[in-house]
Amino acid sequence: MTTTGVQAIIPAFQELKVCAEAHWKGLWKSGRTVITVGTAACGQAAGALEVLQAFRDEVSKLNLDCRVIEVGCMGHCYAEPIVIISKPGYPAICYGHVNPVIAGTLVKEFVAGDNPCLEFVLGALEKNDLIPSLSEFPRAQYEKKLILKNCGHIDPTDIEQYIANGGYLALEKALRMRPEKVIDEVKRSGLRGRGGAGFPTGQKWEICRNSAGKPKYAICNADEGDPGAFMDRSIIESDPHSVLEGMLISAYATGARQGYIYVRAEYPLAVERVQIALRQAKKLGLLGREILGSNFSFDIKLFQGSGAFVCGEETALIASLEGEAGTPHVRPPYPAVSGLFGKPTTINNVKTLTYVRHIINNGAEWFAGIGTKGSRGTAVFALAGKIVNTGLVEVPMGTTLRQVIFEVGSGIPNGKKFKAVQIGGPSGGCLPESALDLPIDFDSLKKAGAMMGSGGMVVLDEDDCMVEIARYFVEFTQRESCGKCTYCRLGTKQMLEILTDITKGRGKLEDIDMLQHLAEGVKAGSLCGLGKTAPNPVLTTLRYFRNEYEAHVREGRCPSLMCPDLIAYYILPHKCERSCDACVGTCSVEAISPDKKRIKVIDQEKCVKCNNCLVACPLQYNAVVKLSPPGKVPTSKK
Amino acid sequence: MMKTVSLTIDDKQIETQAGNTLLWAALDNGIYIPNLCSLRHAAAPAASCRLCWVEVEGKAQPVTACTEIAAEGMVANTRGTQALRLARNGFELLMASHPIECARCAALHVCELLKIAGHLNVKLNKNPYRKLVHHLPIDSSNPLFNYDPNKCVVCGRCVSICRERGTGVLGFAHRGFDRRATTFYDELIGDSACEQCGECVRACPSGALTFKVSVNV
Ligand SMILES: Cc1cc2nc3c(=O)[nH]c(=O)nc-3n(C[C@H](O)[C@H](O)[C@H](O)COP(=O)(O)O)c2cc1C
Ligand code: SF4
Ligand code: FES
Repeated sequence: MTTTGVQAIIPAFQELKVCAEAHWKGLWKSGRTVITVGTAACGQAAGALEVLQAFRDEVSKLNLDCRVIEVGCMGHCYAEPIVIISKPGYPAICYGHVNPVIAGTLVKEFVAGDNPCLEFVLGALEKNDLIPSLSEFPRAQYEKKLILKNCGHIDPTDIEQYIANGGYLALEKALRMRPEKVIDEVKRSGLRGRGGAGFPTGQKWEICRNSAGKPKYAICNADEGDPGAFMDRSIIESDPHSVLEGMLISAYATGARQGYIYVRAEYPLAVERVQIALRQAKKLGLLGREILGSNFSFDIKLFQGSGAFVCGEETALIASLEGEAGTPHVRPPYPAVSGLFGKPTTINNVKTLTYVRHIINNGAEWFAGIGTKGSRGTAVFALAGKIVNTGLVEVPMGTTLRQVIFEVGSGIPNGKKFKAVQIGGPSGGCLPESALDLPIDFDSLKKAGAMMGSGGMVVLDEDDCMVEIARYFVEFTQRESCGKCTYCRLGTKQMLEILTDITKGRGKLEDIDMLQHLAEGVKAGSLCGLGKTAPNPVLTTLRYFRNEYEAHVREGRCPSLMCPDLIAYYILPHKCERSCDACVGTCSVEAISPDKKRIKVIDQEKCVKCNNCLVACPLQYNAVVKLSPPGKVPTSKK
Repeated sequence: MMKTVSLTIDDKQIETQAGNTLLWAALDNGIYIPNLCSLRHAAAPAASCRLCWVEVEGKAQPVTACTEIAAEGMVANTRGTQALRLARNGFELLMASHPIECARCAALHVCELLKIAGHLNVKLNKNPYRKLVHHLPIDSSNPLFNYDPNKCVVCGRCVSICRERGTGVLGFAHRGFDRRATTFYDELIGDSACEQCGECVRACPSGALTFKVSVNV
């Protein structure tokens, strides 16, 4: 780079920064209240757009000096729609489960009046004497927000808010470093890819930089096809510029001239926010030709993928970008050597790229100081399933599963018992209670048979049948397999047939051994990562929950009372209340009728196991139970 | 002169052109390794049939011979237990989803599956896996040949050769277990732009594509 180029960077960026900071200050101008509404996909699903409108209507009706702005997801998805009201004289207060009526009340009572409506409060954002703050929640002691920090606190459609909060500072800094130095920094930070495989990011960039061939490309993988995972979507929706900044730095480091963000088309909001972010970055000269007056030029295009799971695999993704069918290819050559159009290409996950700016800003040593020896930094998980606090969490690597599930996630709802945690989606595995004290890092999870995957964490309780869980995931991978290679195409199909039989009570003991044999074969013999990891849900459930498989096969019993073919609904005569017939009307097939003593009886022939009667039976009677095997139902005396 | 490398496969000292894969090095030197999806001049190996396993000294796991470049001094073994187990399991999976009706099959005398079965010592009537075959209609719309999609082993030979020498009407479609060679939107081959060069039939190893009248191939 020429010196004039380097010299131009500082004033160019300074100008942007001053402007952005003035804009940000103007937003928080003294005396004015600011209301932020979380409108990422999770917020919108809970009705955030209606809440947003209600705030705007009420504010304009009362003619208040108050700004209502949209932000992304704070990670407390269980309490969406989430709203933060920052009123001078009060700490910023976060409200959960807000609806349009509550919105109206908050404006009237708090913004216009001085009643902060404690009944709707989730917590304050900072410590104060009035309201307990979110940082005093037990979970706060385990959380460490790096890449989720902006999420839910700035407007993702406003680049100036990002810049005012430290955005693009790392780009400015990187552009004044030599590309090799940038790579060295990332290498020394110990950053490993968050897309699943955990490959060292700096090393990947270095290989790409040193590979012959031009132009080079940089790709951001935002395919996120695992069921249960939504971290990448959330980051893109809430803080898209942090992804762009990471891509820019990676491109500068490797020498790439063109970038692609591969987002699944099923994420319309993410698509829209990337488009807005790209437009704004271009307008400010942060993207395109001669960025910040330097002689580094880089452009990014958005590509909407068809949303196939296998298209998240890097070689399939590249094929799909090239306009070919999205099927994986054999590696080597790795994309860093020969990728898009046969040119050196880095492909990185959304989260991986988002870490980069923090590493450049704070230095490799700082990042390496977080987490464990082999896994530096934080881990981001989407908590889902049988857990009180669903949502996004970010914790240092090395935090135990127990801490994440029971402290951050507040444990299992409805007094149920923890059974397993499924980590890494269809490529991951189910870990039992005995694994709860494992530290979360790439290597420990792998050793236990699971995988970091791209970060889905689904908690399962005593009502979840482990055979059914395995069957569900194999059904998914069989459907999503590209079908190219023999083991994955046919092996997963054989496994699915066996698992289906077992859940239907048709399994034989030999089937369990065959399942193990098939799973090992598919793992060893498949061409790409999809097939190589597809057996993990089966292998881990066989390893940790073999007794459940055996109960299905030997006794026709589903220990979790989940497999419909292995259970029967039964009304306990001594508990059934004669005067009540709540269940009778709810039965979808009229299988319930009272006997002579007005005790309700289920006709097992007619019952379709819809579960309605169990729900309908009033709690004080609790007379409907599930029995397994179905033969346990006493034969009725007519 | 082309550069050559020398290596050992199954205790046999062989020479091959530099850059060749282990698979073609072996085949050219009379050492058979089961294979269905490898094409000699393909830009990149499909590596999809998962049958060509060999053990290479210094590597912990067997590798597919069609993706491994023959290197000077390499020592490879096609008969190692691990390699054979992977090849057999893969082949048995293929056979579990292939209708076994050899006596009635027009490809009986050119069938490569039978050759592989013989080589791997796999009994076609004693398969450990479940019989899972498709029951799709046979496409006999083309005057020259028939296509029985139920017998397709998804090797891709017909697709490549059709693109190379024919009109490119064949491709792959569908996912997972349903993937197979077919035409665009599964239209009948007779209705497609096929010009009946017959190359695909000559390339097919599995009896899925067969000439209507037996011709010498
Ligand atoms: C079946 C399959 C699906 C994948 N899906 C994704 C995905 O959705 N997002 C992602 O970042 N990586 C995914 N990967 C991993 C990518 O192949 C690749 O390793 C990753 O994008 C590299 O980025 P990283 O080094 O930043 O982790 C998938 C891999 C496989 C085998
Ligand atoms: S492992 Fe599955 S997804 Fe990957 S190439 Fe083989 S068939 Fe396709
Ligand atoms: S010939 Fe090697 S995988 Fe098919």
